[in-house]
Amino acid sequence: MYPYIPNTKKDEEKMLSFLGIDSVEELFSDIPKSIRLDRELDLDPSKSEEEVRKTMKDMAKKNLSADDYTCFLGAGSYDHTIPSIVPHLISRSEFYTSYTPYQAEISQGTLQAIFEFQTMIADITGMYASNASMYDGPTATAEAALLAAAQKKGNTVIISKTVHPEVREVVKTYMKIRDINVIEIDAKDGVTDFGQLESNLSKDTVGVIVQNPNFYGIVEDYTEVEKVTHDNKALLIMNVDPISLGMLKTPGEYGADIAVGEGQPLGNSLNFGGPYLGFMATTKKLMRKMPGRIVGQTVDKDGKRAFTLTLQAREQHIRREKATSNICSNQALNALAATIFMAVLGKNGLTQMAEQTAQKAYYAYNKLIETGKFKPVFQKPFFREFVLESEIEVERLNKELLKHNILGGYSIERDYPLQKNQILLCVTEKRTKEEIDYLVKVMEEII
Amino acid sequence: MKNYDQLIFEISQEGRIGYRLSQFEDDNTNIDNIIPKELRRQDELNLPECSENQVARHYTLISNKNFGVDTGFYPLGSCTMKYNPKINEEIAGLSKFSRLHPYQPVETVQGALELMYNLNTMLSEITGMDEFTLQPAAGAHGELTGLMIIKAYHQKNGDYNRTKIIVPDSAHGTNPSSAHVAGFDVVEVKSNRNGEVDIESLKSVLGDDIAGLMLTNPNTLGLFEKNIEEIAKLVHEAGGLLYYDGANTNAIMGKTRPGDMGFDVVHLNLHKTFSTPHGGGGPGSGPVGVKKNLIEFLPVPIVEKEKETYNLNYDKPNSIGKIKGYYGNFGILVRAYAYIQTMGGEGLKKATETAVLNANYMQKKLKEYYHLPVDHICKHEFVLGGLKGDLNEVTTLDIAKRLLDYGYHPPTIYFPLIIDSAIMIEPTETESLETIDGFIETMIKISKDAEENPELVKNAPLNTPVKRVDEVQAARKPILKWEKDS
Repeated sequence: MYPYIPNTKKDEEKMLSFLGIDSVEELFSDIPKSIRLDRELDLDPSKSEEEVRKTMKDMAKKNLSADDYTCFLGAGSYDHTIPSIVPHLISRSEFYTSYTPYQAEISQGTLQAIFEFQTMIADITGMYASNASMYDGPTATAEAALLAAAQKKGNTVIISKTVHPEVREVVKTYMKIRDINVIEIDAKDGVTDFGQLESNLSKDTVGVIVQNPNFYGIVEDYTEVEKVTHDNKALLIMNVDPISLGMLKTPGEYGADIAVGEGQPLGNSLNFGGPYLGFMATTKKLMRKMPGRIVGQTVDKDGKRAFTLTLQAREQHIRREKATSNICSNQALNALAATIFMAVLGKNGLTQMAEQTAQKAYYAYNKLIETGKFKPVFQKPFFREFVLESEIEVERLNKELLKHNILGGYSIERDYPLQKNQILLCVTEKRTKEEIDYLVKVMEEII
Repeated sequence: MKNYDQLIFEISQEGRIGYRLSQFEDDNTNIDNIIPKELRRQDELNLPECSENQVARHYTLISNKNFGVDTGFYPLGSCTMKYNPKINEEIAGLSKFSRLHPYQPVETVQGALELMYNLNTMLSEITGMDEFTLQPAAGAHGELTGLMIIKAYHQKNGDYNRTKIIVPDSAHGTNPSSAHVAGFDVVEVKSNRNGEVDIESLKSVLGDDIAGLMLTNPNTLGLFEKNIEEIAKLVHEAGGLLYYDGANTNAIMGKTRPGDMGFDVVHLNLHKTFSTPHGGGGPGSGPVGVKKNLIEFLPVPIVEKEKETYNLNYDKPNSIGKIKGYYGNFGILVRAYAYIQTMGGEGLKKATETAVLNANYMQKKLKEYYHLPVDHICKHEFVLGGLKGDLNEVTTLDIAKRLLDYGYHPPTIYFPLIIDSAIMIEPTETESLETIDGFIETMIKISKDAEENPELVKNAPLNTPVKRVDEVQAARKPILKWEKDS
């Protein structure tokens, strides 16, 4: 017997007898003999719960987590505070054991939560409308590029090299299969090379993708980029960090057409890279072109406010090959975590978190510069991350930091081979002054 | 409680806080001095202002308006709504899994890489494939990945003419849609009345422009494609590849394997077959397995084992590239791993046998009262075609809505498209005979109500938090967010 299979031997016999057969094997008689598996699957034997716990805890023990180390690593995945209430509420099984809310009458919980999510994402991005979430930040960006390509004549997407390398990789994979060209614009002094961008814009450009704060942590000014992009009738796609929107100029204020981003920092664990959630928000004009699920407000038969999946005429289960996207799942539970996170932080909390993150990042930066052993690579305002250069290789530096229980920074050289010995350090509001002081002390001693 | 009808924004009051950050004082980092005003937002934020306990009550109250597998029977065809074991949640929540940064040095994440490596091996064994990528975030994402691999394979062979993918008309909507997103033209082939691929129709479209065929087996009617070997042979002879949509894998575990049927590419839905929760629409996970000749095209990075050390290999020149950030929905992989540990090989087979037995039992019980367009042994699910006779114009939708009043999640309705008024029922293996019998009785009762008291059925549901929802108005005048004065 298995704990998740309630049928008893007696139940089985009852059912078999009703079906008029002797063995369940007869129900598989339609599978040709030549392709039947005539042996048992070669897997570990069934384990008790306690054995499963033991086996998997032993495996987990081979990892060292951000609880074992002090994390100064970012690069797209961030160790921000997660209020205790977030994991508690998303663990309600009414939420996590439900399916996509096709049956609106018994799914108002999920539907309302997504409606609140859409409201909050539209609010923080300054855009008109948001969808119900996407797989993650990189795929949301790729989907935005596909949206631009479907919307505009032309066959080229421009992307700044200050966009996260993984985002660029995913965009390139998605564009390649559709034979859409991707032009990458170099970084100059840590920001998008405006001259190069301008000279590459053409009638063939459907969209321009930029990131704020960019991969180096720098807060770029996209005022001019917006102007030339729209002068060329291309769409401006901004990949933004949701925590930073507590204080930074929004895609809406810049006049972007599509805002996308990685929603992980909003109350979702690091999870070794997933599950996370992507978000996408657009102008009113593009609202009906968005991929994925969208929830709308309506009324029930008695005129009572109700929520439902809407604009489904865009979707794969209705339009099949003519759908705007093949997306079926969203990341509803991760979006719920993000919603509860934004609800409990509230308008002042998100701003405070953003400001304190920037302040602590600057505090760490100033202290590290003061040691005289690290020099800044760029002279630009930044939000949560900054790049420093030293005499030694980043890998060596990180190895030493690890010995002091510090998870060090990201090696810029990994994606930009010419930039040697440059480390991207990340400081969130979660890091204490003591932790930062200790980082500075250790880093100073290493060199 | 079910009448609670407020949005979080409507319980907000200026000045309330729900979370306090630690204090931080540093005179040198005044915001105005570090980030110039022109780079900062001017628009006021409108996030709600609520206390923590208000937030707790709000989301608890709206959760009461939701129906999950833990609430009741959820026979939603093709979605495999089986029980989501609690130990899986506990394990995925261990900080040494949940608090790993994706860019940590590999020597600090050996357990996580080992888990991914082993899961790859286990999924390969279950499906008869040679290697998996765990990167895709969902089934449709897996389809897209698989199609990219098929395209890369043909292009490496210099075969640029293969621009078409064959999809049966009984297929899941994601199949044609994924093929389109992958830049293919879709060729639809008709199914015969059993929902099986019509061999003559298939032959008529095969040619040197065909990149591949996407197929679900058992198909969306819950029937096994008996001719699968012939189909595979025909497609391969024409130079195409076979793609297996793994949505229905719960029907075949330990019995037969897509790899042995002749499929070249397979995706699995861990959130269906391998018990990970659907989360109200996600996160899912859609690993893709391939045969040997396609391994070189899998997305990077690949987890590799050298002696006792695990590594991430990005150096694969023929890879299709990255299709998602990092390595996939790792938290979901952990849950699936725990599930396979609990079940073992025999347990997975038992799950399949029980799911199939339950489905056949229900099918036979219900066919007296509902149309059964194809009366045949089914696998893990079956499709009814609405009520028998034209009973007072009571529709499949009405039946579904009436089930809500009895505390059941309805089956999938109006799919597959090839069956009129379809009701697609998938009981799974995790329901007791009492539950199944209770559902059958209710279905029979509804069929009688449809005859004797049709208005009751047409006005359903009556006992739900909201009554029948006006979807037309929602689409005509989209309201996609709350606004202060609305």
